[in-house]
Amino acid sequence: MALSVDKKRSGLQQRKEARQGWVFVSPWIIGFLAFTAGPLLFSLYASFTNYDITSRHDWIGTTNYRNMLFHDPLFWKSLWNTFYYVIFSVPLTTLGSLLLAVMLNRKIPGIKIYRTIFYLPSILSGVALYILWQMLLTPGTGLVNVVIGWFGVEGPAWLVDPAWTKPAIILMKLWSVGGGMLLYLASLQNVPEQLYEASEIDGAGVIRRFWHITLPMITPVLLFELITHMIGAFQIFQEGYVMSSDMNTPGSPMNSLLFFNLHMFTKAFKVFDMGYAMALAWFLFVVVIVLTIINMVLSKYWVHYEGGDNR
Amino acid sequence: MSTRMSSRMVHAHSNYYQSRKLRQRVGMAVLIAVLTALAMIILMPLWWMISTSLKSLNEIMSYPPTWIPESFHWENYRLTWSRGNFTRYTLNTLLLAGVGVITHVLSNTFIAYGFAKIKFPGRQMLFTVMLGTMMIPGFVTLIPTYIMFAKIHWVGTYLPLMVPGLFGSAYQIFLVRQFYMSIPNELIEAGKIDGASHYYIWWKIMIPLAKPAVVVIAIMTFQGAWNDFLGPLIYISKESMFNLQIGLQSFKGQETTQWHYLMAGSLIVLAPVIALFFFFQRYFIEGMNISSGTKG
Repeated sequence: MALSVDKKRSGLQQRKEARQGWVFVSPWIIGFLAFTAGPLLFSLYASFTNYDITSRHDWIGTTNYRNMLFHDPLFWKSLWNTFYYVIFSVPLTTLGSLLLAVMLNRKIPGIKIYRTIFYLPSILSGVALYILWQMLLTPGTGLVNVVIGWFGVEGPAWLVDPAWTKPAIILMKLWSVGGGMLLYLASLQNVPEQLYEASEIDGAGVIRRFWHITLPMITPVLLFELITHMIGAFQIFQEGYVMSSDMNTPGSPMNSLLFFNLHMFTKAFKVFDMGYAMALAWFLFVVVIVLTIINMVLSKYWVHYEGGDNR
Repeated sequence: MSTRMSSRMVHAHSNYYQSRKLRQRVGMAVLIAVLTALAMIILMPLWWMISTSLKSLNEIMSYPPTWIPESFHWENYRLTWSRGNFTRYTLNTLLLAGVGVITHVLSNTFIAYGFAKIKFPGRQMLFTVMLGTMMIPGFVTLIPTYIMFAKIHWVGTYLPLMVPGLFGSAYQIFLVRQFYMSIPNELIEAGKIDGASHYYIWWKIMIPLAKPAVVVIAIMTFQGAWNDFLGPLIYISKESMFNLQIGLQSFKGQETTQWHYLMAGSLIVLAPVIALFFFFQRYFIEGMNISSGTKG
C-alpha cells in the first residue's frame, strides 16, 4: 500500500518534472517554429510563386527555377564567383591556420605574445576591416603593392581589375587565419605525449611524426572545421557589398564580386522579386546540403576517431 | 678493454646528444624567425591603419608612402566624429548590443538548463534537432523572416533585431549546456530537498556557477551586435537609426577616398572590440574550449 502511494507520488513527480523540462526548452521550440521551421517551409512554397510581398502571389510552378537555370546569366555568374571563393578560401585558410597552430604548439619564449598577435585579426571584422583592406589594396600607393614592389614585382590592380577581385578577398581572409588556429591548437595539445615519445624511440622524423600521429589525431576537428567553414564560405555577402569598386553597384567591377547571396539580396530587396529570390536561396541550400553529405560520407576514409568507431 | 669500450660509447652518445641538441636549437631559431616575420606581416596592416589615420591627405597621396606620419594630425579623429553622425550610431549600437546581451544571456542559460538538468521524454530528440539547425545557413530563412516582420509592421523598428534573442540561439544553448553538464547534479538535488524550484535553482545557483560560460556568450553576442550589418541593412532605413556598421558604410560613401577620415572612423568602430579582446582574452579562448569539448 505504502509502496503504491510512493510509486504514484514518484510518477506524479516525474510528470511534473517533465512538464517543467518542456517549460524550460519552450522558448527554443517557439523560436524554432517561428524563425526556422516556419520560414523554411514558407520559402519552399513561395519559391514556386511570383510573390512580391504586396500584390502578386500566384502559383507559377517551376518557372522560377527554370528562369534561374536558363534565363538569368547573373545566376551562373554569381554561382561561379561563390564556388571560386569557396574552392580557394576554404582549403587555403584551413591549411594556413593548421600550419600556424603546429608552429605555435612548441615551448617558445614569448609564445603568448605570438598567439595574441596571430589571433588579433580574426576578431576584427565588419565594414571597418573592409575599408582598411580597400585602402591596403589600392593599386598605386596601397601597402600590399608597396610590399610586393620591394621584390621588384608590380602588383595587380586588385579590387579594380575583375580578374583580381576574388584573389584580393581571399588574401584578406588569409590575414585572419588565426581564428581557426586556436581551435587546432587546443586539439593539438590533446594529443597524448606518449605517442610522440614512442615514435621518437622508433626514430620517426618530424614530418613523419606529423603525418602519422598529429594529423590523424586531429582529423575530427579538421572535419568539423571544414564543414562549418564551407557552409560559412557559401554565405559570403558583405565583402562583395562593401568592397565593390563602385559603391552604387554592389558586386562591381563587372559583377566579379557578385556572390550568390548578393544576387539573391538584390532580387529580394531591390526589385522585390521575393519568389524568385527564395528559389535562389533554396537552390544554394540544396547545394550546401549535398556537399555537406558528400563531406560526411567521404570523411570515413580519412577521419580517425580515437574511440575506435572508424567504420 | 671493457672500460675503454664503454667510455667510447659514452663519448659517441654525448656526441650524438650534442648534435641533436644543436639541431634542436637551430630548428628553434628558424621557427622563431618565421613566427616573428609572420607577426610583422600581420601587424603591418594595423600599423598602416593607425598611421594613415594621423596623416594629412597630402602625405597619404605622396609616393613613396611614409611609415610614420611627418606630423601627427590628431584632429582627424575630432573631424571624423563631427563629419559623420557617430554619436548617434554609437548610442544606437550600444542599445542594440545591450538588449542583445541581456536577452541572450537570459534565454540561453534558461533553455540550456532544460536540456542539461531536467529529464523528460523527447529531450534527446529536441536536442538533436537543435544541433541540426546549426547547419542551416542563415540566408535560407532571411527572406521569409523579413516577410513575416513586414506583415506585422516591424520593418523600420528595432524589434526584428531584438526580439529573436528571447528565443535563444542553438550554438549558445549548446555552449551553456556543455558547461552545465560539468556542474554536479547533487547541487540541484540538494536545492530540491531544500524546497527550491527549478526556476530558483536556475537563477540562484546555475547562473552564478556558469559565470565563465555566461561571459563567453555575453562577449559573443556583444561582438555579433556590434558587427551586425545584414540585419540593420534590411530592416532599418532611417539614418538616425543606423548602427555603427551601416553608419560607417554610409560615411564611406560620403568621404570616398579621404583615407585619413575613413581610417579614423574605422578605428573608432574597431577600438571597443579590440579593447574587449584584451580585457577578456581568457574568455575568448575559453569559449573555444567549451565548444570543442576540451572542457566539461
